[in-house]
Amino acid sequence: MTGPFEEALREKRALGKKLLVVYVTGGFENWEASVEAAAAAGADAIEIGIPFSDPVMDGPVIQQASQIALDRGTTPLSVLQAAADLDTGIPHAVMTYYNLAHNPGHERFAASLVRAGISAAILPDLPYVESAPWREVAAKAGIETVMLAAPTTPDHRLGDLCAAAHGFVYAVGLLGVTGERSALADTATKIAARCKAVTDKPVLVGVGIGSPAQAVEACTVADGVIIGSALVRQMLDGHGAAGVGQLVSSYRAALDEG
Amino acid sequence: MIEPTPDGRFGEFGGRFVPETLIPACEELEVAFREAWADPTFVDDFHRVLRDYGGRPSPLTECFRLSKQLGCRVLLKREDLNHTGSHKINNVIGQALLAQRMGKTRLVAETGAGQHGVATATAAALLDMDCKVYMGAVDVKRQSLNVFRMQLLGAEVEAVKSGSQTLKDAVNEALRDWVATLEGTHYCLGTVMGPHPYPWMVRTFHHVIGDEANEQCLALTGTDPDVVVACIGGGSNAAGIFSGFASSESRLVGVEPAGGAAVGRGVPGVVHGMNSYLMQDEVGQVQEAKSISAGLDYPGVGPEHAFLASIGRAEYPSVNDQEVIEAFQLLSRTEGIIPALETAHAIAWVVREAKNLQGQTVLINLSGRGDKDVDQMMEILNVDRVV
Repeated sequence: MTGPFEEALREKRALGKKLLVVYVTGGFENWEASVEAAAAAGADAIEIGIPFSDPVMDGPVIQQASQIALDRGTTPLSVLQAAADLDTGIPHAVMTYYNLAHNPGHERFAASLVRAGISAAILPDLPYVESAPWREVAAKAGIETVMLAAPTTPDHRLGDLCAAAHGFVYAVGLLGVTGERSALADTATKIAARCKAVTDKPVLVGVGIGSPAQAVEACTVADGVIIGSALVRQMLDGHGAAGVGQLVSSYRAALDEG
Repeated sequence: MIEPTPDGRFGEFGGRFVPETLIPACEELEVAFREAWADPTFVDDFHRVLRDYGGRPSPLTECFRLSKQLGCRVLLKREDLNHTGSHKINNVIGQALLAQRMGKTRLVAETGAGQHGVATATAAALLDMDCKVYMGAVDVKRQSLNVFRMQLLGAEVEAVKSGSQTLKDAVNEALRDWVATLEGTHYCLGTVMGPHPYPWMVRTFHHVIGDEANEQCLALTGTDPDVVVACIGGGSNAAGIFSGFASSESRLVGVEPAGGAAVGRGVPGVVHGMNSYLMQDEVGQVQEAKSISAGLDYPGVGPEHAFLASIGRAEYPSVNDQEVIEAFQLLSRTEGIIPALETAHAIAWVVREAKNLQGQTVLINLSGRGDKDVDQMMEILNVDRVV
């Protein structure tokens, strides 16, 4: 199955473009405007974060934004209802933690994503080895499940993991949690290259990309990048949708220039 | 008690729900643990350190005065007499020796009341390893003595200010540390929770409690106790003592705090690497556990306890803070033993249920001593310090 999320990324890749996927914390003040600004500034797809109480894969920036969103009374339903009204012209994924899918049950969660116009799901604490039951239900509902590949993933699992991925393969750029770093880790291009060697699905590097220059560096091997903390920092610092738009433009321009 | 399935399940519970980055580390740990536990040199070394350094075997104490008052025969397994004052040292010695065998040079740990943090800092000092302990900022405040103990032992203590600032957030932060430092670091998890193989490995290191208690009860009473009681946060001391009696006829009782009753009030959920009973709101956000004892303030419970509850082999009632405060004082006055507030939960249940336990033999795992809780009790009981 190649769903609309992966199809959109493949089409842009075929045109020779590097892919830019951005993460926005759902439920943060004016987050919908940030999503729209990111799309207008040239993002190829959006990850909408549904905040969770225990975001174990996230560093301080996204943790803080998630907590602020939760303190405002944000729920999965409130994020998804708002997401349903967003018309950006690019595909949307949700990024959240597995318990928020487990609690309502796989079928209900998948259906709630479909209703919100979401085409893919990223669940960083549902690793490949535990993911089969969810993937089966998601696929039936038409939801693409992105798989995360880590620098530590052994070769004997990487092929199966990439084969099971839909939407794209999320190559985790470093050993650590989300957040910008001052330099691109060696592990980023290495894991991207290992993934590219076993799959023709789009391979995007996320976690640890801190500047447009680093994004370009990652894209010497990868098909694209995911920008999360750098964007959420704009929201936390009060720069709002304008700040988000500017940031995304700077990445877009750098990637287009190569 | 059973060995988990190859994918780390006890029935439907357990598993390995951690970021992909950590999966190979969990696999490596499982392989290393299986090899070490099959190696007589490692097992001998483990038991030698527990004996010569930890003070094992811990005694079994018959409570003559309390038994008379309650009308049942109360026996205490004295884990409070271990080095560092609780059962936690068993698991920590096991994991630290294993980490050393794996070539790791640094331990990270989470702690609630500080007992596991102190034990980890102790093992790190003993084996010349670096040590960092994550502790919720709220717990740092209510257990400042244990913070200083860890520092004296050479560990770095970080106050965790995210989320509810208690044990569950300390676990998150320890996991985040481990994701970033895998190569030289071992995550020394303090209870029978987390991703496979932790629940099984930690219980195996605490098996010694149950083995000793089983022999000691037999020697003293000629038979198994009618009831085996332990307090439950994540459930490590209970898993340890239950494992000595799981194949007997003894009734197994794990006592939860009313404000952290994962089995009693939780529903199956996934957090911290495992599928188990979890206190969560109606959409799946993990709730904060709140009780008088920092060490039991955990919204989840080890997956093997969830399994034992689901098949009806063990029961998991809860007691409230007031009952705990009374039990804490009762044991102190009748037996001259000041229990940890965590442990006082087990005693509180026996006191409440005594009318239904008349003439029975009740074995309580006295998991820790209460020195660390004395300041807090002074405040609760409104006692002024005599200068």
